[in-house]
Amino acid sequence: MLNLNQRDTGTFLFVIIITVLAPFVMNPFPTESAMAQFNAGYPDLMQRFVIFGIFAIGFNILFGLTGYLSFGHAAFLGVGSYAAVWMFKLLSYNIIPALVLSVIIAGIFSLFIGFLCLRRSGIYFSILTLAFAQMSFAIAYSVLSNPKFNLTNGETGLQVYADDIQLFKVENLTTPHLFGVKMNSTYELTLGAWDFQFNVGYYVSAVVMILMFYVSIRIFRSPFGLMLRAVKTNQTRLNYTGLNTRPYTLAAFVISGMYAGLAGGLLASMDPLAGAERMQWTASGEVVLMTILGGAGTLLGPVLGAGFIKYFENILSKINDNVLHAWFQYLPEWLENSLVWVLHWFTGKGWHLTLGLLFMIIVIFLPGGLLDGANRIREAIRGRKAKKNAKTPAE
Amino acid sequence: MDALLLQILNGLDKGSAYALIALGLTLIFGTLGVVNFAHGALFMIGAFCSVTLNKILNLSTVTLDATQKDFLGNPLKVKTPYVESWFGEAAGQSIIDWSVPLAIIFAIPVMLAIGVIMERGLIKHFYKRPHADQILVTFGLAIVLQEVVKAFFGANPIQTPAPDALDGVMDLGGAIGLQLSYPVWRITYFFFAMAVIGGVFAFLRFTTFGMVVRAGMADRETVGLLGINIDKKFTIMFGIAAAVAGLAGVMYTPINPPNYHWGMDFLVLSFVVVVVGGMGSLPGAVLAGFLLGILESFASTTWATTTIPGINQIIIYLVAIIILLVRPRGLMGRAGVMEE
Repeated sequence: MLNLNQRDTGTFLFVIIITVLAPFVMNPFPTESAMAQFNAGYPDLMQRFVIFGIFAIGFNILFGLTGYLSFGHAAFLGVGSYAAVWMFKLLSYNIIPALVLSVIIAGIFSLFIGFLCLRRSGIYFSILTLAFAQMSFAIAYSVLSNPKFNLTNGETGLQVYADDIQLFKVENLTTPHLFGVKMNSTYELTLGAWDFQFNVGYYVSAVVMILMFYVSIRIFRSPFGLMLRAVKTNQTRLNYTGLNTRPYTLAAFVISGMYAGLAGGLLASMDPLAGAERMQWTASGEVVLMTILGGAGTLLGPVLGAGFIKYFENILSKINDNVLHAWFQYLPEWLENSLVWVLHWFTGKGWHLTLGLLFMIIVIFLPGGLLDGANRIREAIRGRKAKKNAKTPAE
Repeated sequence: MDALLLQILNGLDKGSAYALIALGLTLIFGTLGVVNFAHGALFMIGAFCSVTLNKILNLSTVTLDATQKDFLGNPLKVKTPYVESWFGEAAGQSIIDWSVPLAIIFAIPVMLAIGVIMERGLIKHFYKRPHADQILVTFGLAIVLQEVVKAFFGANPIQTPAPDALDGVMDLGGAIGLQLSYPVWRITYFFFAMAVIGGVFAFLRFTTFGMVVRAGMADRETVGLLGINIDKKFTIMFGIAAAVAGLAGVMYTPINPPNYHWGMDFLVLSFVVVVVGGMGSLPGAVLAGFLLGILESFASTTWATTTIPGINQIIIYLVAIIILLVRPRGLMGRAGVMEE
């Protein structure tokens, strides 16, 4: 189907089904139950799942295939957001021109940065991209927010004001929309004890993500993708065969930059506000983590990683001491208090600590990511079975 | 002329901090070949060693003094730090006053231990892994260390005053007929940094241990074949690098109250410094540290910021990018070290 082999078709269908049914899948617990706080089926979080999924898919095309570790991809996300909000300010709240411009601007920006950074490889590349990203952050935060030439609105963040031009302004459409269908409109379905929310913004982002996922499968399976893998395996050797690898790596860099820009544009389309903190290097670190956690160089990994990180970010930061006490109230008091005391450091405000630990554990023990871990477990089980089968005839 | 000199002086203290951190980073990179993203966190931990010592020294017994009243009319609570009751009032007070310099003594063993534990416990397992993995695991470690410090000390900056004798402003220009007043502590910091840098260089240059380490930096395998346990020596060098970063942090606290995200703030900049100076070149790291510090201070003048707004925020990155593209091995890097 769609020029994909059987396995990729399976993966692709899996992603489609999960994203389409996400409002059900992410909402397994009844609304009134104690477990409801583990539900992820509300629009804001689901939107972030797919948008950061796009970001990570794009990052994976660069890092997973070529092995170039960029520490500055958040810059492209930020640029995309700014471009989208400017489109809202100048044209109208329709998201199509905003998304198109954010992809184009992020593409040009990444072409420029990639052209400079890709002259070096290895850790120099990482540090160069890091320096560029920090510079972009500083530029967006302070340089371009002076009164004479205010492009980013500095600390406040860029947003649409009532007196903005908006050439194709449509009355009573004051939030981002797709030809009149508002992004923040939600249809609620109540089934028994469950409330399911179907949000327009989520489905628009999901459709974009599915398309982008398809593009990434095609890139992975194309001769171009093969070339990128060759760069990762042994670039020196590739150079010795007389092949100039830079156009290929640059193309990968620009493609991943455009993915990031698209994600940034979508973020702005869900909430028309763009701030400089989106460009900070910790944000770049987060997308690296998503990709690694899921499994760099795999198709499904980055999407899984993005969902995983965003889910835990959201859920863990919501768990405060009161919630913990409510959980452990059946235990003896001393045990309850000591458990709460221990978990207190890792939840709520301390969830960054959990994130850091998770990062280390994944890199140390599971460099292939979650998918690799799943494969290893499957192989271990199958291996045991195979051994059993092999033994029986010998007896 | 005064303005020019003042800007150079202003750059020196930040430049000293950059130079010290970059020196440690280069030591680690040159010896172990590891890219340590947690090095900024070591600087931050050093700063919090100073905070911790200050808090420990200020531990006090509270007694009620019935002869005096506080503003509510209750008996006044008099706090007597333990050190005052042990060593007498005058000695105790001066110990508390000098807590930041004293923290140097406290921080050296702590930082050495942290460095050695870090190397043996974590970094050791990453020698054979790609640079990307080293970057990622130390990045994770940096987040963890930062969050642990935040959990203990809170998110707000903590004031740690310099000793009274070194607090205040002195006139430097008197001898040459210029108006130059400059905070004493910053000068102290500069000389301290020079002493530490000199110490590290002398240690590497004039001791047998240093000679072996330098040989190991040049050709690890051969040194190993000569029957020297180079791994052990490198572990100690990691500890020393951690201590250098820690000391930079300890002495920086009176200049800028420390908070938990110092590590990240200084890390990116000191990486840039290392790259500008030349990966693996110790003199390069020091030189680039001071150069970039001074450059940053020139870019922060009103003249510069009105000409190009925000130039002080981006100048270092701009210079780094230009240098990397024009002279890829950095200012003093040797040919062939980590060029591709």
